[in-house]
Amino acid sequence: MKRLLYASPILIALVFGGFFLWGLNPERDPNSIPSVLISSPAPEFILQEVEGASVPGFSRADLVGGDGPVVVNIFASWCVPCRAEHAVLAHMVNQDGVRLFGINYQDQPEDALRWLNELGNPYERIGSDLNGRVAIDWGLTGVPETFIVGADGTVLYKHVGPILGDAAIRAFTTALTQARQEGSS
Amino acid sequence: MIARVLLIITLALIPMTAALAVEPDEILSDPLLETRAREVSRQLRCVVCQNQDIDSSNAGIARDMRILVRERLMVGDTNADILDFMVARYGNYVLLRPPFNAQTYALWFAPLVLALFAGGVGYTVMRQARRKTIRPADLTTDEEAALQALLDTSSDTEKNT
Repeated sequence: MKRLLYASPILIALVFGGFFLWGLNPERDPNSIPSVLISSPAPEFILQEVEGASVPGFSRADLVGGDGPVVVNIFASWCVPCRAEHAVLAHMVNQDGVRLFGINYQDQPEDALRWLNELGNPYERIGSDLNGRVAIDWGLTGVPETFIVGADGTVLYKHVGPILGDAAIRAFTTALTQARQEGSS
Repeated sequence: MIARVLLIITLALIPMTAALAVEPDEILSDPLLETRAREVSRQLRCVVCQNQDIDSSNAGIARDMRILVRERLMVGDTNADILDFMVARYGNYVLLRPPFNAQTYALWFAPLVLALFAGGVGYTVMRQARRKTIRPADLTTDEEAALQALLDTSSDTEKNT
């Protein structure tokens, strides 16, 4: 009993030290919200096209049955990080043949069109989510967010915020490669 | 006098403005449903501001959620249905009062365990301290012998006098 008492300061120091080490870990992001969608089916939705855009809208059915995963990117013309991310997404489409679908979040069609005309349109399909309801079905916390959906309609990966910087791009391409391998095997 | 009245009015207004971000166009005409909407909203966490309920958050997505809550109330959902609906999309994270299940036992029991541990340590320390003050320290055999010798000599001198 006495020995336990003498050991208690060390015990307490270990517990607290461990807790602080965990808290100080730069890899840990206290703002990250675990997505319940990962490994579960993509939500049911139907989105109309952005009026005047040269690409059609899409629904959940359009995500499944293809020969590979689809990247679903939620974006808006009023979202500054989306503008920065646009080049990365366009590069992925041009270089790696990624199938990119866009959900245009709470955006007026004319604003979205102006944005696409200015920056170019890497999207195969764009759905207009004017009231933001479909985005909530996807568990959106802020634009941009990007999902990888397998050919069977399962959500495989979620990236919150713009895919920018080496670490984020590497993590995303790794997840994409993995999704492709799983789909082909 | 006027200053004091103004101060009272200002102070009276503070809780009202700080507590709610609900905008007039969101409020339902049915007061009963509106009360339930507030009830549900208070239990839902704003997913961008994190430690606020959606009722008091000015974030755009919190507003969308408030409107969604009201829409679902209008079509006859129960409060629990709406909470389930949100949990299906955002996980338990979206609830300000986390449920009691296998994943959250640690969260719920941690304060109790820590309190018991602290109490245990405190109790042992106190008991140890008390025992020390009551029980006289044991003498070593050398000291015992020295004491005995001293007592012997003193009794000898007593006899001689």
